[in-house]
Amino acid sequence: MIEHFNIIILVLMIITAIISLQVKDLLSASMIFGIYSFLICLLWAEMGAVDVAFTEAAVGAGVSAVFLIATVYNTKRRSSD
Amino acid sequence: MKWLALIAVIATGSLLIYAVSDFPDWGSASSPANGGVEGAGRSVSQTFIEETDTLTHVPNIVTAVLADYRGYDTMFETVVILAAGMAIFAILRVLRDTEKPVDQSKHDPSIDGDHQRIIIGTTCRLLIPVIQLFALYVVAHGHHSPGGGFQGGVILGASFILLGLATDLETAIARFSEKQFIGLACVGIFIYAGFGVLGQFYGRGFLDYGALQPIFMTDGEPMARSHAMLGVEVGVAFTVTAIMFAIYANLASKGELKNGL
Repeated sequence: MIEHFNIIILVLMIITAIISLQVKDLLSASMIFGIYSFLICLLWAEMGAVDVAFTEAAVGAGVSAVFLIATVYNTKRRSSD
Repeated sequence: MKWLALIAVIATGSLLIYAVSDFPDWGSASSPANGGVEGAGRSVSQTFIEETDTLTHVPNIVTAVLADYRGYDTMFETVVILAAGMAIFAILRVLRDTEKPVDQSKHDPSIDGDHQRIIIGTTCRLLIPVIQLFALYVVAHGHHSPGGGFQGGVILGASFILLGLATDLETAIARFSEKQFIGLACVGIFIYAGFGVLGQFYGRGFLDYGALQPIFMTDGEPMARSHAMLGVEVGVAFTVTAIMFAIYANLASKGELKNGL
């Protein structure tokens, strides 16, 4: 059962990683990157690495998403490539 | 320029590939990765699992490894965070006084602005103390349960970021000014390095927490290590809190520390 759970999370992680690189709207890219961080945090927690999951939730999904959004707000919203 | 970059990449790549030849052979019994299997030496993780409790009296092995066994790593990780904050400060911060008045449009005195202020303001007034208390709990219990200086510091910094997002940057800066956060970031490093240097006064190595037993007045060195780890975590939390808020404040206001998000 836990294997299926892992596979679902890993597939979703690859999908969110590709989308966050492909999408032209940088605000959506930052949000999807936050989702990616939450998924990997879920994976760490499931593997029993609670300290790492904690760090990932606080740094990856929380603060770095805010930093990215603050940067997007002060630069351009659309990516040119 | 493109060619220079290509040459640099190829040189670094070949250096890394050359370094791989220094690795132990695949499946070699002397490789640390194979420790604990038949015919090989004792594994490192096994040592940590068995000896952490008797040597440091810290139930959370992860924190013991981070703050004691790998004390140098964590200290310089904290320095790296300070350096990252200083780099963002150096790139973004505008030190000239721009004479631009504070944008009043965020202080909308109409009934709509009032509604937003009440809902968001009340929610944050209830939420921020809880977040900060939880952050302090995470720091203080870092060596007993999951968490520690990094996580607690980030959560504490995030509570100030939330204040800045919910009201405006000026309100947050009024509570945690630039002088304070830059000072706090340096104080954190000094606390960490101070615990290391303190051991040297007793003729022991740098970051050898067991030497601090006379200061903490504990019976036995393991408990002194446990206390020193808590102190070190507090230092890490100071630096991380200050740098997280400093990065946000500089990014949100293009380095002017006013008229932010």
